[in-house]
Amino acid sequence: MSSENSTLVKLNNAGFKQNDKWLVEGVSLTVEKGKIVTLIGPNGSGKSTTAKIALGIYKNIEGSVEKYTNKVGYVPQKISIDWTLPLRVYDFMLLTENIKDEAIDEALTLTGVIHLKNKNLGNLSGGEFQRVLIARAISKKPELLVLDEPVQGVDYTGEIALYELIKRISDTLNCGILLISHDLHTVMTATDHVVCLNGHVCCSGSPMDVAKNNEYKTLFGEQASQILSVYEHKHDHVHSDKGEIKKN
Amino acid sequence: MFDDFFIRALIAGLGIALVTGPLGCFVVWRRLSYFGDTLAHSALLGVTLAYSFELNIALSVFIISSLIALILIQLQKKTNLPGDALLGLLAHSSLAVGLVVIGFLTFIRFDIMGLLFGDILAVTTDDLLIIWTGGAVILLVLKLIWKPLFASTVNYELAEAEGLNPDRAKAIFTILMAAVIAISIKMVGLLLITGMLIIPAAMARNISDSPQKMVLFSIIGGLLSVLLGLFSSLEFNTSSGPSIIMASLILFILSLLNIKQSIKLKN
Repeated sequence: MSSENSTLVKLNNAGFKQNDKWLVEGVSLTVEKGKIVTLIGPNGSGKSTTAKIALGIYKNIEGSVEKYTNKVGYVPQKISIDWTLPLRVYDFMLLTENIKDEAIDEALTLTGVIHLKNKNLGNLSGGEFQRVLIARAISKKPELLVLDEPVQGVDYTGEIALYELIKRISDTLNCGILLISHDLHTVMTATDHVVCLNGHVCCSGSPMDVAKNNEYKTLFGEQASQILSVYEHKHDHVHSDKGEIKKN
Repeated sequence: MFDDFFIRALIAGLGIALVTGPLGCFVVWRRLSYFGDTLAHSALLGVTLAYSFELNIALSVFIISSLIALILIQLQKKTNLPGDALLGLLAHSSLAVGLVVIGFLTFIRFDIMGLLFGDILAVTTDDLLIIWTGGAVILLVLKLIWKPLFASTVNYELAEAEGLNPDRAKAIFTILMAAVIAISIKMVGLLLITGMLIIPAAMARNISDSPQKMVLFSIIGGLLSVLLGLFSSLEFNTSSGPSIIMASLILFILSLLNIKQSIKLKN
Protein backbone atom coordinates (compact mmCIF):
# COMPACT_ATOMS: atom_id res chain seq x y z
CA MET A 1 0.00 0.00 0.00
CA SER A 2 2.68 2.51 0.92
CA SER A 3 3.58 3.62 -2.55
CA GLU A 4 6.15 6.26 -1.65
CA ASN A 5 4.84 9.04 -3.85
CA SER A 6 1.43 9.19 -2.23
CA THR A 7 2.87 9.55 1.27
CA LEU A 8 2.86 13.15 2.52
CA VAL A 9 4.14 12.78 6.02
CA LYS A 10 5.27 9.78 8.01
CA LEU A 11 6.03 9.57 11.73
CA ASN A 12 8.27 6.70 12.81
CA ASN A 13 8.07 5.99 16.52
CA ALA A 14 8.09 9.73 17.14
CA GLY A 15 7.96 11.36 20.56
CA PHE A 16 8.61 14.68 22.24
CA LYS A 17 9.90 15.41 25.73
CA GLN A 18 9.56 18.78 27.47
CA ASN A 19 11.12 19.46 30.88
CA ASP A 20 11.86 15.73 31.29
CA LYS A 21 8.22 14.86 30.78
CA TRP A 22 7.06 12.98 27.73
CA LEU A 23 4.22 14.83 26.04
CA VAL A 24 3.78 11.96 23.66
CA GLU A 25 5.91 9.01 22.64
CA GLY A 26 6.08 6.15 20.22
CA VAL A 27 3.72 7.53 17.57
CA SER A 28 3.84 6.01 14.13
CA LEU A 29 1.41 7.15 11.49
CA THR A 30 1.24 8.00 7.82
CA VAL A 31 -0.84 10.63 6.05
CA GLU A 32 -1.38 9.96 2.37
CA LYS A 33 -2.86 12.01 -0.44
CA GLY A 34 -6.65 12.09 -0.39
CA LYS A 35 -6.84 10.42 3.03
CA ILE A 36 -8.08 11.80 6.32
CA VAL A 37 -6.27 10.63 9.44
CA THR A 38 -7.89 11.63 12.71
CA LEU A 39 -6.28 11.86 16.11
CA ILE A 40 -8.59 11.32 19.07
CA GLY A 41 -7.88 11.08 22.76
CA PRO A 42 -8.60 12.81 26.07
CA ASN A 43 -7.16 16.22 27.05
CA GLY A 44 -3.42 16.14 27.48
CA SER A 45 -3.07 12.94 25.49
CA GLY A 46 -0.60 14.49 23.05
CA LYS A 47 -2.81 15.18 20.02
CA SER A 48 -1.60 18.72 19.36
CA THR A 49 1.96 17.66 20.15
CA THR A 50 1.70 14.91 17.55
CA ALA A 51 0.43 17.42 14.99
CA LYS A 52 3.32 19.77 15.78
CA ILE A 53 5.80 16.92 15.44
CA ALA A 54 4.34 16.12 12.02
CA LEU A 55 4.61 19.80 11.03
CA GLY A 56 8.23 20.08 12.13
CA ILE A 57 7.50 22.75 14.76
CA TYR A 58 9.21 20.70 17.45
CA LYS A 59 12.83 20.13 16.60
CA ASN A 60 14.42 17.85 19.21
CA ILE A 61 12.19 14.84 18.83
CA GLU A 62 12.69 11.16 19.39
CA GLY A 63 12.18 8.91 16.41
CA SER A 64 11.85 10.53 13.02
CA VAL A 65 9.52 12.45 10.72
CA GLU A 66 9.62 12.13 6.97
CA LYS A 67 7.88 15.02 5.26
CA TYR A 68 7.39 14.82 1.51
CA THR A 69 5.67 18.14 0.88
CA ASN A 70 6.20 21.81 1.59
CA LYS A 71 2.70 22.87 0.64
CA VAL A 72 1.21 22.79 4.10
CA GLY A 73 -1.87 24.46 5.55
CA TYR A 74 -2.15 24.58 9.33
CA VAL A 75 -5.03 25.49 11.60
CA PRO A 76 -3.58 25.56 15.12
CA GLN A 77 -5.66 24.83 18.19
CA LYS A 78 -4.58 27.93 20.01
CA ILE A 79 -3.39 31.04 18.30
CA SER A 80 -2.29 34.13 20.12
CA ILE A 81 -2.00 37.10 17.85
CA ASP A 82 -0.49 40.27 19.13
CA TRP A 83 -2.80 43.20 18.50
CA THR A 84 0.05 45.66 18.30
CA LEU A 85 -0.22 44.64 14.66
CA PRO A 86 -2.79 46.30 12.45
CA LEU A 87 -3.97 43.24 10.57
CA ARG A 88 -7.04 42.80 8.40
CA VAL A 89 -8.46 39.43 7.41
CA TYR A 90 -7.11 40.14 3.92
CA ASP A 91 -3.55 40.66 5.21
CA PHE A 92 -3.83 37.50 7.30
CA MET A 93 -4.82 35.46 4.23
CA LEU A 94 -1.51 36.47 2.61
CA LEU A 95 0.54 35.66 5.68
CA THR A 96 2.67 32.77 4.50
CA GLU A 97 2.13 32.81 0.75
CA ASN A 98 1.15 35.29 -1.93
CA ILE A 99 -2.26 34.12 -3.04
CA LYS A 100 -4.34 35.51 -5.87
CA ASP A 101 -7.31 37.64 -4.91
CA GLU A 102 -9.75 35.19 -6.54
CA ALA A 103 -8.40 32.33 -4.43
CA ILE A 104 -8.76 34.43 -1.29
CA ASP A 105 -12.35 35.34 -2.15
CA GLU A 106 -13.18 31.73 -2.99
CA ALA A 107 -11.82 30.39 0.29
CA LEU A 108 -13.53 33.08 2.37
CA THR A 109 -16.79 32.40 0.55
CA LEU A 110 -16.50 28.66 1.18
CA THR A 111 -16.13 29.21 4.91
CA GLY A 112 -18.84 31.88 4.92
CA VAL A 113 -16.81 34.91 6.00
CA ILE A 114 -16.28 36.82 2.76
CA HIS A 115 -18.06 39.83 4.26
CA LEU A 116 -15.27 40.13 6.85
CA LYS A 117 -12.48 40.44 4.29
CA ASN A 118 -11.54 44.03 5.19
CA LYS A 119 -12.33 43.80 8.89
CA ASN A 120 -9.60 44.02 11.47
CA LEU A 121 -8.66 40.55 12.68
CA GLY A 122 -8.84 41.67 16.31
CA ASN A 123 -12.54 42.52 16.00
CA LEU A 124 -13.71 39.06 14.96
CA SER A 125 -15.63 36.70 17.22
CA GLY A 126 -14.10 33.35 18.11
CA GLY A 127 -16.18 31.45 15.57
CA GLU A 128 -15.56 34.00 12.82
CA PHE A 129 -11.84 33.87 13.46
CA GLN A 130 -11.93 30.08 13.30
CA ARG A 131 -13.59 30.28 9.87
CA VAL A 132 -10.89 32.70 8.72
CA LEU A 133 -8.21 30.31 9.97
CA ILE A 134 -9.72 27.47 7.93
CA ALA A 135 -10.07 29.71 4.87
CA ARG A 136 -6.43 30.73 5.13
CA ALA A 137 -5.29 27.13 5.38
CA ILE A 138 -7.29 25.94 2.36
CA SER A 139 -6.75 29.01 0.15
CA LYS A 140 -3.17 28.05 -0.56
CA LYS A 141 -4.35 24.73 -1.99
CA PRO A 142 -2.08 22.68 0.24
CA GLU A 143 -1.06 19.08 -0.25
CA LEU A 144 -1.15 18.52 3.49
CA LEU A 145 -3.73 20.07 5.81
CA VAL A 146 -3.25 19.86 9.54
CA LEU A 147 -6.41 20.85 11.39
CA ASP A 148 -6.25 21.03 15.17
CA GLU A 149 -9.85 21.20 16.38
CA PRO A 150 -10.76 23.40 13.43
CA VAL A 151 -14.39 24.08 14.33
CA GLN A 152 -14.02 25.07 17.98
CA GLY A 153 -16.36 27.93 18.80
CA VAL A 154 -18.27 27.60 15.54
CA ASP A 155 -22.07 27.40 15.80
CA TYR A 156 -23.72 24.00 15.42
CA THR A 157 -24.93 24.30 11.82
CA GLY A 158 -21.64 25.88 10.84
CA GLU A 159 -19.79 22.98 12.40
CA ILE A 160 -21.54 20.44 10.19
CA ALA A 161 -21.07 22.57 7.08
CA LEU A 162 -17.38 23.07 7.81
CA TYR A 163 -16.76 19.37 8.31
CA GLU A 164 -18.52 18.71 5.01
CA LEU A 165 -16.28 21.35 3.46
CA ILE A 166 -13.17 19.71 4.88
CA LYS A 167 -14.24 16.35 3.49
CA ARG A 168 -14.96 17.93 0.10
CA ILE A 169 -11.57 19.66 0.06
CA SER A 170 -9.83 16.40 0.77
CA ASP A 171 -11.60 14.96 -2.29
CA THR A 172 -11.25 17.87 -4.72
CA LEU A 173 -7.68 18.90 -3.87
CA ASN A 174 -6.68 15.29 -3.23
CA CYS A 175 -4.78 16.55 -0.21
CA GLY A 176 -4.01 14.56 2.89
CA ILE A 177 -5.57 15.74 6.15
CA LEU A 178 -4.39 15.24 9.69
CA LEU A 179 -7.41 16.11 11.80
CA ILE A 180 -7.78 16.49 15.53
CA SER A 181 -11.37 16.35 16.62
CA HIS A 182 -13.49 15.63 19.64
CA ASP A 183 -16.58 15.07 17.53
CA LEU A 184 -16.82 11.30 17.32
CA HIS A 185 -19.68 11.46 14.79
CA THR A 186 -17.46 13.34 12.38
CA VAL A 187 -14.56 11.07 13.06
CA MET A 188 -16.62 8.08 12.12
CA THR A 189 -18.27 9.42 8.98
CA ALA A 190 -15.39 11.24 7.38
CA THR A 191 -12.21 9.53 8.49
CA ASP A 192 -10.16 6.86 6.78
CA HIS A 193 -7.90 6.13 9.69
CA VAL A 194 -8.18 6.83 13.41
CA VAL A 195 -5.31 7.06 15.84
CA CYS A 196 -6.37 6.99 19.46
CA LEU A 197 -3.79 8.65 21.69
CA ASN A 198 -3.20 8.68 25.41
CA GLY A 199 0.41 9.74 25.77
CA HIS A 200 1.16 6.95 23.33
CA VAL A 201 -0.80 5.27 20.55
CA CYS A 202 -3.37 3.26 22.43
CA CYS A 203 -4.99 1.88 19.33
CA SER A 204 -5.34 2.73 15.68
CA GLY A 205 -7.01 1.52 12.54
CA SER A 206 -10.20 2.09 10.63
CA PRO A 207 -12.97 3.75 12.69
CA MET A 208 -14.78 0.51 13.44
CA ASP A 209 -11.61 -1.28 14.40
CA VAL A 210 -10.96 1.41 16.95
CA ALA A 211 -14.55 1.29 18.14
CA LYS A 212 -14.22 -2.38 18.97
CA ASN A 213 -10.96 -1.92 20.77
CA ASN A 214 -11.12 -2.45 24.53
CA GLU A 215 -8.61 0.27 25.35
CA TYR A 216 -10.74 2.71 23.41
CA LYS A 217 -13.77 1.67 25.42
CA THR A 218 -12.01 2.27 28.72
CA LEU A 219 -10.76 5.63 27.50
CA PHE A 220 -14.00 6.97 26.10
CA GLY A 221 -16.61 4.79 27.81
CA GLU A 222 -19.27 2.46 26.46
CA GLN A 223 -21.40 5.29 25.18
CA ALA A 224 -18.72 6.48 22.78
CA SER A 225 -18.34 2.97 21.56
CA GLN A 226 -22.03 2.83 20.80
CA ILE A 227 -21.85 6.01 18.76
CA LEU A 228 -19.32 4.26 16.62
CA SER A 229 -21.33 1.11 16.21
CA VAL A 230 -24.14 3.16 14.69
CA TYR A 231 -21.80 3.94 11.85
CA GLU A 232 -20.25 0.57 11.70
CA HIS A 233 -22.65 -0.99 9.25
CA LYS A 234 -22.56 1.96 6.92
CA HIS A 235 -18.81 1.88 6.90
CA ASP A 236 -18.57 -1.74 5.88
CA HIS A 237 -19.82 -0.69 2.52
CA VAL A 238 -17.91 2.51 2.07
CA HIS A 239 -14.55 1.16 2.99
CA SER A 240 -13.82 -1.77 0.77
CA ASP A 241 -10.15 -1.09 1.34
CA LYS A 242 -10.43 -1.77 5.03
CA GLY A 243 -7.67 -4.35 4.97
CA GLU A 244 -5.23 -1.84 3.55
CA ILE A 245 -5.79 0.67 6.28
CA LYS A 246 -5.41 -1.98 8.90
CA LYS A 247 -1.83 -2.51 7.88
CA ASN A 248 -0.82 0.87 9.21
CA MET B 1 21.18 79.33 1.26
CA PHE B 2 22.23 76.69 3.78
CA ASP B 3 25.68 75.70 4.84
CA ASP B 4 27.19 72.51 3.44
CA PHE B 5 27.14 70.79 6.79
CA PHE B 6 23.41 71.34 7.06
CA ILE B 7 22.73 69.93 3.59
CA ARG B 8 24.81 66.89 4.52
CA ALA B 9 22.90 66.50 7.77
CA LEU B 10 19.60 66.68 5.89
CA ILE B 11 20.61 64.05 3.34
CA ALA B 12 21.94 61.83 6.13
CA GLY B 13 18.84 62.23 8.27
CA LEU B 14 16.42 61.51 5.45
CA GLY B 15 18.40 58.39 4.55
CA ILE B 16 18.21 57.20 8.14
CA ALA B 17 14.48 57.87 8.35
CA LEU B 18 13.85 55.73 5.27
CA VAL B 19 15.46 52.77 7.06
CA THR B 20 14.22 53.29 10.62
CA GLY B 21 10.61 53.54 9.39
CA PRO B 22 10.09 49.89 8.38
CA LEU B 23 12.56 48.50 10.95
CA GLY B 24 10.84 50.50 13.67
CA CYS B 25 7.52 48.84 12.83
CA PHE B 26 9.07 45.46 13.56
CA VAL B 27 10.59 46.83 16.77
CA VAL B 28 7.09 47.85 17.89
CA TRP B 29 5.41 44.65 16.68
CA ARG B 30 8.00 42.33 18.19
CA ARG B 31 8.40 44.39 21.39
CA LEU B 32 12.08 44.94 20.86
CA SER B 33 12.45 48.50 22.13
CA TYR B 34 14.61 47.52 25.07
CA PHE B 35 16.64 45.27 22.80
CA GLY B 36 17.26 48.30 20.58
CA ASP B 37 18.37 50.28 23.63
CA THR B 38 20.83 47.55 24.59
CA LEU B 39 22.41 47.50 21.16
CA ALA B 40 22.57 51.30 21.13
CA HIS B 41 24.24 51.48 24.54
CA SER B 42 26.83 48.96 23.45
CA ALA B 43 27.54 51.26 20.51
CA LEU B 44 29.54 53.53 22.81
CA LEU B 45 32.06 50.75 23.20
CA GLY B 46 32.12 50.45 19.42
CA VAL B 47 32.86 54.18 19.09
CA THR B 48 35.71 54.09 21.58
CA LEU B 49 37.24 51.10 19.82
CA ALA B 50 36.94 52.97 16.53
CA TYR B 51 38.96 55.86 18.01
CA SER B 52 41.51 53.56 19.62
CA PHE B 53 42.27 51.56 16.52
CA GLU B 54 41.40 54.22 13.93
CA LEU B 55 38.56 52.21 12.47
CA ASN B 56 35.46 53.50 10.76
CA ILE B 57 32.90 54.32 13.45
CA ALA B 58 29.92 52.74 11.67
CA LEU B 59 31.83 49.51 11.02
CA SER B 60 33.13 49.31 14.58
CA VAL B 61 29.68 49.98 16.07
CA PHE B 62 28.14 47.38 13.77
CA ILE B 63 30.65 44.74 14.88
CA ILE B 64 30.26 45.45 18.61
CA SER B 65 26.45 45.61 18.43
CA SER B 66 26.26 42.33 16.50
CA LEU B 67 28.59 40.79 19.07
CA ILE B 68 26.37 41.96 21.94
CA ALA B 69 23.34 40.51 20.13
CA LEU B 70 25.13 37.16 19.81
CA ILE B 71 26.12 37.20 23.48
CA LEU B 72 22.50 37.93 24.38
CA ILE B 73 21.26 34.94 22.38
CA GLN B 74 23.84 32.69 24.08
CA LEU B 75 22.93 33.99 27.56
CA GLN B 76 19.25 33.37 26.86
CA LYS B 77 20.04 29.75 26.08
CA LYS B 78 22.41 29.17 29.00
CA THR B 79 20.75 30.97 31.91
CA ASN B 80 17.29 31.06 33.45
CA LEU B 81 17.31 34.84 33.85
CA PRO B 82 14.40 36.68 32.24
CA GLY B 83 15.06 38.49 28.97
CA ASP B 84 14.74 42.02 30.34
CA ALA B 85 17.28 41.34 33.11
CA LEU B 86 19.77 40.05 30.55
CA LEU B 87 19.15 43.09 28.34
CA GLY B 88 19.69 45.43 31.30
CA LEU B 89 22.85 43.59 32.24
CA LEU B 90 24.30 43.91 28.75
CA ALA B 91 23.09 47.48 28.16
CA HIS B 92 24.55 48.97 31.30
CA SER B 93 27.70 46.91 31.49
CA SER B 94 28.63 47.68 27.88
CA LEU B 95 27.84 51.38 28.48
CA ALA B 96 29.99 51.30 31.60
CA VAL B 97 32.87 49.56 29.85
CA GLY B 98 32.64 52.09 27.04
CA LEU B 99 32.78 55.04 29.47
CA VAL B 100 35.70 53.54 31.38
CA VAL B 101 37.62 52.99 28.15
CA ILE B 102 36.97 56.64 27.20
CA GLY B 103 38.52 57.61 30.54
CA PHE B 104 41.72 55.85 29.52
CA LEU B 105 41.85 57.46 26.10
CA THR B 106 43.15 60.77 27.43
CA PHE B 107 45.04 61.47 24.20
CA ILE B 108 41.81 61.79 22.25
CA ARG B 109 39.36 64.64 22.74
CA PHE B 110 35.84 63.35 22.86
CA ASP B 111 32.61 65.14 22.36
CA ILE B 112 30.56 62.97 24.71
CA MET B 113 27.42 65.04 24.22
CA GLY B 114 27.73 64.55 20.47
CA LEU B 115 28.01 60.78 20.92
CA LEU B 116 25.04 60.55 23.25
CA PHE B 117 22.70 62.96 21.50
CA GLY B 118 23.92 63.30 17.95
CA ASP B 119 25.77 66.09 16.21
CA ILE B 120 24.84 67.42 12.80
CA LEU B 121 28.23 69.05 12.44
CA ALA B 122 29.87 65.64 12.55
CA VAL B 123 28.36 64.24 9.34
CA THR B 124 30.95 63.94 6.58
CA THR B 125 30.59 63.05 2.91
CA ASP B 126 31.92 59.58 3.72
CA ASP B 127 29.15 59.20 6.29
CA LEU B 128 26.56 60.00 3.61
CA LEU B 129 27.94 57.20 1.48
CA ILE B 130 27.81 54.77 4.39
CA ILE B 131 24.28 55.80 5.35
CA TRP B 132 22.83 55.56 1.86
CA THR B 133 24.58 52.37 0.69
CA GLY B 134 24.23 50.76 4.11
CA GLY B 135 20.61 51.84 4.23
CA ALA B 136 19.91 50.46 0.77
CA VAL B 137 21.41 47.10 1.74
CA ILE B 138 19.39 47.00 4.98
CA LEU B 139 16.14 47.74 3.13
CA LEU B 140 16.90 45.15 0.45
CA VAL B 141 17.63 42.44 3.02
CA LEU B 142 14.51 43.41 4.98
CA LYS B 143 12.45 43.05 1.82
CA LEU B 144 13.93 39.58 1.23
CA ILE B 145 13.12 38.34 4.74
CA TRP B 146 9.83 40.25 5.00
CA LYS B 147 7.53 37.26 4.51
CA PRO B 148 9.03 34.89 7.11
CA LEU B 149 9.75 37.73 9.54
CA PHE B 150 6.27 39.16 9.33
CA ALA B 151 4.55 35.76 9.43
CA SER B 152 6.50 34.72 12.52
CA THR B 153 5.75 38.07 14.13
CA VAL B 154 2.06 37.29 13.74
CA ASN B 155 2.42 33.65 14.77
CA TYR B 156 5.64 31.71 15.06
CA GLU B 157 4.11 28.25 14.75
CA LEU B 158 2.17 29.05 11.59
CA ALA B 159 5.33 30.35 9.94
CA GLU B 160 7.35 27.34 11.06
CA ALA B 161 4.66 24.80 10.09
CA GLU B 162 4.23 26.28 6.64
CA GLY B 163 7.94 26.13 5.88
CA LEU B 164 9.09 29.76 6.21
CA ASN B 165 12.17 29.29 8.44
CA PRO B 166 11.41 32.04 10.99
CA ASP B 167 14.54 31.43 13.08
CA ARG B 168 16.79 32.42 10.21
CA ALA B 169 14.70 35.54 9.57
CA LYS B 170 14.95 36.51 13.23
CA ALA B 171 18.73 36.13 13.26
CA ILE B 172 19.07 38.25 10.11
CA PHE B 173 16.76 40.89 11.59
CA THR B 174 19.00 41.11 14.67
CA ILE B 175 21.93 41.92 12.41
CA LEU B 176 19.85 44.55 10.60
CA MET B 177 19.13 46.19 13.95
CA ALA B 178 22.85 46.41 14.68
CA ALA B 179 23.40 47.85 11.20
CA VAL B 180 20.75 50.57 11.50
CA ILE B 181 22.21 51.66 14.84
CA ALA B 182 25.66 51.76 13.28
CA ILE B 183 24.63 54.06 10.46
CA SER B 184 22.54 56.42 12.56
CA ILE B 185 24.71 56.84 15.65
CA LYS B 186 26.48 60.03 14.55
CA MET B 187 23.28 61.73 13.62
CA VAL B 188 20.84 60.73 16.35
CA GLY B 189 23.20 59.76 19.16
CA LEU B 190 23.22 56.49 21.02
CA LEU B 191 20.72 57.43 23.73
CA LEU B 192 18.03 58.38 21.25
CA ILE B 193 18.29 55.91 18.38
CA THR B 194 15.60 53.68 19.82
CA GLY B 195 13.30 56.70 19.90
CA MET B 196 13.89 57.18 16.19
CA LEU B 197 12.86 53.56 15.67
CA ILE B 198 9.83 53.51 17.94
CA ILE B 199 8.14 56.91 17.93
CA PRO B 200 7.37 57.25 14.18
CA ALA B 201 6.20 53.60 14.14
CA ALA B 202 4.01 54.19 17.20
CA MET B 203 2.56 57.27 15.54
CA ALA B 204 1.89 55.22 12.41
CA ARG B 205 0.13 52.50 14.42
CA ASN B 206 -2.42 55.05 15.60
CA ILE B 207 -3.51 55.90 12.07
CA SER B 208 -3.09 52.58 10.19
CA ASP B 209 -5.35 49.60 9.62
CA SER B 210 -2.89 47.41 7.71
CA PRO B 211 0.80 46.56 8.07
CA GLN B 212 1.71 48.14 4.73
CA LYS B 213 0.08 51.44 5.69
CA MET B 214 1.85 51.40 9.03
CA VAL B 215 5.22 50.99 7.35
CA LEU B 216 4.41 53.79 4.91
CA PHE B 217 3.23 56.24 7.59
CA SER B 218 6.18 55.29 9.76
CA ILE B 219 8.57 56.27 6.96
CA ILE B 220 6.70 59.52 6.28
CA GLY B 221 6.65 60.31 10.00
CA GLY B 222 10.39 59.69 10.23
CA LEU B 223 11.14 61.91 7.23
CA LEU B 224 8.99 64.74 8.62
CA SER B 225 10.64 64.39 12.05
CA VAL B 226 14.09 64.70 10.50
CA LEU B 227 13.10 67.78 8.48
CA LEU B 228 11.38 69.51 11.40
CA GLY B 229 14.03 68.44 13.87
CA LEU B 230 17.03 69.52 11.83
CA PHE B 231 15.59 72.92 10.94
CA SER B 232 14.78 73.63 14.57
CA SER B 233 18.20 72.32 15.58
CA LEU B 234 19.73 74.88 13.25
CA GLU B 235 17.38 77.63 14.38
CA PHE B 236 17.67 77.11 18.15
CA ASN B 237 21.18 75.65 18.19
CA THR B 238 20.06 72.42 19.91
CA SER B 239 21.50 68.90 19.51
CA SER B 240 20.19 67.14 16.42
CA GLY B 241 19.06 63.95 18.16
CA PRO B 242 16.74 65.48 20.75
CA SER B 243 15.35 67.91 18.17
CA ILE B 244 14.42 65.08 15.78
CA ILE B 245 12.90 62.99 18.57
CA MET B 246 10.89 65.95 19.82
CA ALA B 247 9.53 66.52 16.34
CA SER B 248 8.47 62.87 16.15
CA LEU B 249 6.83 63.19 19.56
CA ILE B 250 4.78 66.13 18.29
CA LEU B 251 3.67 64.02 15.31
CA PHE B 252 2.75 61.21 17.70
CA ILE B 253 0.59 63.56 19.76
CA LEU B 254 -1.10 64.79 16.59
CA SER B 255 -1.86 61.19 15.62
CA LEU B 256 -3.64 60.76 18.96
CA LEU B 257 -5.86 63.76 18.21
CA ASN B 258 -6.67 62.20 14.87
CA ILE B 259 -7.96 59.06 16.63
CA LYS B 260 -10.26 61.04 18.88
CA GLN B 261 -11.68 62.90 15.90
CA SER B 262 -12.34 59.77 13.91
CA ILE B 263 -14.11 58.19 16.90
CA LYS B 264 -16.28 61.29 17.16
CA LEU B 265 -17.10 61.06 13.47
CA LYS B 266 -18.10 57.41 13.81
CA ASN B 267 -20.43 58.18 16.69
